[in-house]
Amino acid sequence: MELALASAIGLLTAAGVYLLLRARSFDVILGMTLLSYATNLLIFACGRVVDGKPPVLRAFAPPTLEHYTDPLPQALVLTAIVIAFAMTAVSIVLAIRSRADNGSDHVDGSDGERLQEARNQARQQRRKRRQRA
Amino acid sequence: MMAHLPLLPILIPLFAAGLALLVEHRRFGMAPQRAIAALSLLAQLVVAVMLVRSVSGGDILVYLLGDWPARLGISLLVDRLAALMVLVSLLLAIACWVHACAGWDRRAPHFQAFFQIQLMGLNGAFLTGDLFNLFVFFEVLLIASYGLLLSGGRAGRMRAGFHFVSVNIAASTLFLMALGLLYGLLGSLNMAEMAARIAVAPAQDRALIQAAASLLLLVFCTKAALLPLSLWLPETYAHAPGSVAALFAVMTKVGLYAMLRILSLLFGSAAGALAGFAGPVLLVAGVATLALASLGVIAATRMRVLASYLVLASAATLFIAFALGRPAATSAGLYYLVHSTFAGAALFLIAHHVRRHRHGDTTVAGLSARGWIVAGLMFLVAAVSLAGLPPLSGFLGKLALLDATREHPEIWLALLLSSFIILLGLARAGTRVFWKQAPSASEVARRQSEVPGRRLEVAATVLLLGYGLAIAIAAAPLLAYTQAAAAQLAAPAQYLDHVRAQTPTLRTP
Repeated sequence: MELALASAIGLLTAAGVYLLLRARSFDVILGMTLLSYATNLLIFACGRVVDGKPPVLRAFAPPTLEHYTDPLPQALVLTAIVIAFAMTAVSIVLAIRSRADNGSDHVDGSDGERLQEARNQARQQRRKRRQRA
Repeated sequence: MMAHLPLLPILIPLFAAGLALLVEHRRFGMAPQRAIAALSLLAQLVVAVMLVRSVSGGDILVYLLGDWPARLGISLLVDRLAALMVLVSLLLAIACWVHACAGWDRRAPHFQAFFQIQLMGLNGAFLTGDLFNLFVFFEVLLIASYGLLLSGGRAGRMRAGFHFVSVNIAASTLFLMALGLLYGLLGSLNMAEMAARIAVAPAQDRALIQAAASLLLLVFCTKAALLPLSLWLPETYAHAPGSVAALFAVMTKVGLYAMLRILSLLFGSAAGALAGFAGPVLLVAGVATLALASLGVIAATRMRVLASYLVLASAATLFIAFALGRPAATSAGLYYLVHSTFAGAALFLIAHHVRRHRHGDTTVAGLSARGWIVAGLMFLVAAVSLAGLPPLSGFLGKLALLDATREHPEIWLALLLSSFIILLGLARAGTRVFWKQAPSASEVARRQSEVPGRRLEVAATVLLLGYGLAIAIAAAPLLAYTQAAAAQLAAPAQYLDHVRAQTPTLRTP
């Protein structure tokens, strides 16, 4: 169980970081979402992975510590999920607006694309000149 | 009522924000929203002054929310440092609010509500005694800052805003990871309680604690813009509207405050084997940031970019002061923090003022001869203060810092050299913008009909510069206060005593 949980967190983090470093805002948002999933699992796991124990007092379990799991990380995860959810919504709205205003979903606006276009044009012109020569 | 004093700086802006949303200005006009905001600011000012008075004797107030024991539940903690930070951010917010009331708040639909929520986040971040609660209030103030930065903005600001939002979301994710690890290792998120548990942590856990704490410091360094993590700052601040950029001058200080809190409380003298953690690394990074910021100041071609790099320079100076981990340097740093918050914000407002009245790229047209002189004088005062020339507050702050770092010649070199470069950059900006031939009277009249003069904006800038003058004149009491605050931070054991002494009581509802 620990191995599965740990490798899931590791995979999600790796994928999240990779996507976060890409140049399109859609990929960046996906990366942030994956990272937040990994974080939620990590916080949950920090309350120790236990099987079949309730976090709050229940009638069927005697009221001693060893019959319960730590409820605090679960409360923390709830807060973290809500905040991450809201932040994803904000960044999606912002990305859509930036896409509409700048005409590109490149994270640096259209600059990067223009640079690329200019390079391509220069390359083509050079090629033409060489052919003429 | 007095027992609930620490909670009021969070509750007042929360309710004011809710009320401001109800009287939306497109239906009710600006007056109700502005009245609510003014009342809220006034009430917060009264509360902040009362907080400073009640802790200036050396008391540490601990407030248990929901009456849970501090190691389990959420607690607020007010010491000298927290009270000072609340007061400083509030004084800054008043000036920014006056500036915004000159007309900016009309262009952004929910400006007043966002502004109050931003204040709630700032106050909460300064007052909380719990690391998870610090994360929550960081999010509150960030969400409000996204709103303030982006509403009413267009393409350029959207692009800069996306960078700002992405960097901050990534930093918040790291913050959560660090919190999860620290809770797993120590079993509590109350800062005073964590300090006691770090001191007795088993040797095999130390490396993990260091890793988690490094993640935490990484987050605060991102917020406070330490060198490799500072690249988001100039672009964002240069794209923010004047009054918002001025308010953001305190945002880097929140990161610095959190870093100082963690370093002094968790890794202070009581931390055993981990005492003094990360200090040397932060010192080197601070010097490097200072070098970059000075070069940025001299390379800046626009005044707002110049002001952004000056914010970076002041953050770097504070990193150097706090990383030394000695009360004398911390106290000088706290004085410098107050000064740089006000002076840096004033420069943003001046840059905004000049930009509005500038004609083309060369002269400040659109201002009458008197208005022109006023703008130039305001820039002069802010520049003298920021460069650290006598007799203003910047000089006193840098002098105290140099005095506290006598046995570190490399810090002297860095501070003095960067001050010199910043002085050059400011002098060049001043001569370029203000020492041009005055525009003709007809041109002034034409521009004035296009851009109406706004007395409130000038008044807000003068208010900020007045704060700077006030802390220069009242330097002795303020320095005495910061020295007492630094001494309090240097004795982390008493925080734990106060937190543990506060036991929950059963009350009838």
